[in-house]
Amino acid sequence: MEIAAKYPTERLKCWGKAKEIRKKYYEDYMNAHDSGGLRMVGGAWSFSAIPSGLGDDIFSLTGEPYGANISFNKDFSIKCLEAAEKHGYARTLCAYMRNYWGSILLDKYCLTDGTIVDGFPKPDFIWQDHICCSHAKWYQVVSELEGGIPQFCIDVSVGPYNELNENRLNYVVSQMNDGIEWLQKVTGRDYDDDKLIEAVNNECRSTSLWAEICVLNKAVPAPLDEKTIYALYVLGTILKHSKVVADFYEEVRDEVKDRVNRGIAAVPNESIRVMTDTQPPWGFLKIFRYLEKFGGISVGSLYTFALIGAWEDKEDGTWGPRTTPQQQGIEIKTREQALRILADWNLSKPEWQHFYSHEYKSEMMLRIAREWKLDGVLLHYNRGCEGLTLGIAENRLAIQKAGIPVLAFEGNMGDEREFDEIRTTRQIDTFMENLRKR
Amino acid sequence: MIKVVLLDDRKTVAKSNILSGFDQNASVESALNTAMQQIGIIKSEITNIAATGVARKVIYLQPPINANIETAEVLADIKGAIDIHPSARVVIDVGAEEGKAVRCDEKGKVIDFVSNERCAAGAGVFIEAMSRALEIDVQDFGALALQSQKTIPMNSQCTVFAESEVISLLHSNITKEDIARSVNDAIAGRVASMTRRIGLENDLVLVGGMAKNVGYVDAMKRTLQTDVIVLPEPEFIGAYGAALTAAEYQQK
Repeated sequence: MEIAAKYPTERLKCWGKAKEIRKKYYEDYMNAHDSGGLRMVGGAWSFSAIPSGLGDDIFSLTGEPYGANISFNKDFSIKCLEAAEKHGYARTLCAYMRNYWGSILLDKYCLTDGTIVDGFPKPDFIWQDHICCSHAKWYQVVSELEGGIPQFCIDVSVGPYNELNENRLNYVVSQMNDGIEWLQKVTGRDYDDDKLIEAVNNECRSTSLWAEICVLNKAVPAPLDEKTIYALYVLGTILKHSKVVADFYEEVRDEVKDRVNRGIAAVPNESIRVMTDTQPPWGFLKIFRYLEKFGGISVGSLYTFALIGAWEDKEDGTWGPRTTPQQQGIEIKTREQALRILADWNLSKPEWQHFYSHEYKSEMMLRIAREWKLDGVLLHYNRGCEGLTLGIAENRLAIQKAGIPVLAFEGNMGDEREFDEIRTTRQIDTFMENLRKR
Repeated sequence: MIKVVLLDDRKTVAKSNILSGFDQNASVESALNTAMQQIGIIKSEITNIAATGVARKVIYLQPPINANIETAEVLADIKGAIDIHPSARVVIDVGAEEGKAVRCDEKGKVIDFVSNERCAAGAGVFIEAMSRALEIDVQDFGALALQSQKTIPMNSQCTVFAESEVISLLHSNITKEDIARSVNDAIAGRVASMTRRIGLENDLVLVGGMAKNVGYVDAMKRTLQTDVIVLPEPEFIGAYGAALTAAEYQQK
């Protein structure tokens, strides 16, 4: 039964610019050598602000967004997955990783419009961190497949942010300092601390702005739906240290604020608010549109809010954007100061906390459920990511115990063979019909 | 199987149950005609038709049936079960192809649900396959199981492999009744495991075609270590619940 529209809606004006930024990012990486630039690869969690000190012509390819980009293009994805399996890698491994390796093995590169070009652009160095077991091995394999690429990895397993102390922070910062020495040695370039400071300032600004944008989605009706949010948040995973993304997020924030002020809805028949968890099955984002049939909207998730967003407790007890050093009047003057702020900033991110205990994650999810006024939760039991599904069954129990209905559906963010679209839509039918009856 | 329940003033006046063919629409039409003929009515005399089940979208707003209401199976199950047995809190529906369980509160509001649509070893089709392997009528499978007092654990998780295991057991001179009990225990184990995900709360009610298998019912009691209630004509409870939804729609 269709639900009638009750709110006005408009397309996002900044949508086109978001697509352009992302498109340029992948093309810049591909064409980096044409202008004498360098290619860097690594995960979205790695401290991407640091290599900025080598110059303005360091172009990156961030692993997870590229894996997701491939997954969205199902025909190419299956070829990549099969190439990885043929090479001997198990199907149970991280799906992003297998897509990425497959792209190298096939020696093909996937652009944002789905164009597959010949020749995977070989990186010059790998800049990574050990956020999970898969990440720890991912780029070791990349290095081998590419004939030996220099790699530096920062270990970030210092425990949850509420237990951070000087020793633990120094552990990370000292590795960052070592990393800078390594970058200079490997690239032959001198390091510019001013560029590092600028990148750190940009990163603080962009990630705080992202949290501010997510807070605006507390509004009823929500100005953004999660399918749209994916297209915006990804910029923070690839270029959070750049002025381009920091400035763009300001534009997005202003536009979303305007939408809230005018009551513009992402989903005009919004009547059921839910959130999801973990990466979505990228090849089947249409399930978000399917929710709209029931007046359903996913207003976000811990994943989209907190993978890149920097958050803090506000005076009124709500969750809000973390106050940046600039907003606090702090001027970063030295490399050491920049690195300490960068380390602390990243270690405080909510999505980093859940690796340590499912209870941290449940707490944060329940907070989102309360403050964003949710009717239910959809949990993606995502076989493709060991890290983000850690403890998800416990999260389900905790959310249910709090009296919030939960639907758990099985799938894989990057392997379409493990997502049953028909079964999932049947489960959504039942879940949403039940929420409407409550 | 396609089940049809006709209500008049919330009372069941006719019902039918036929095997679905490849043409689902034709099968539903046939089942509906069978039910209508029982009380001598024609389709235009039916005020509302509610569709539920795996293929409900085939007939929802689609000719020739043009069901004007659709409802999810678990919601239909709860509605039907609570109407007959108001103290039902967990309803377990195992049919030929799938099994599901749903828990509700005292007002009949669904708290949680779980389903298995993939694994034949947790559905009635497992019994059908094992009946063939044991060369007995599927209708006699349950009663045969009750003649056994011994539990022989079945190791195979999959229906396909279980068939080979049953043959091996027969060759080892294990009796058919012991094997039948083991098969029912295996299904009950899977269904119980699925149900525990949503929590167990009395009264536990069994519906769906499998609930007519007395051996399965016995196995469920032993596995869950609690009494279970089998509603009369359990295979019709989902259709009955959907029909109640249709009846209430008329009253709005």
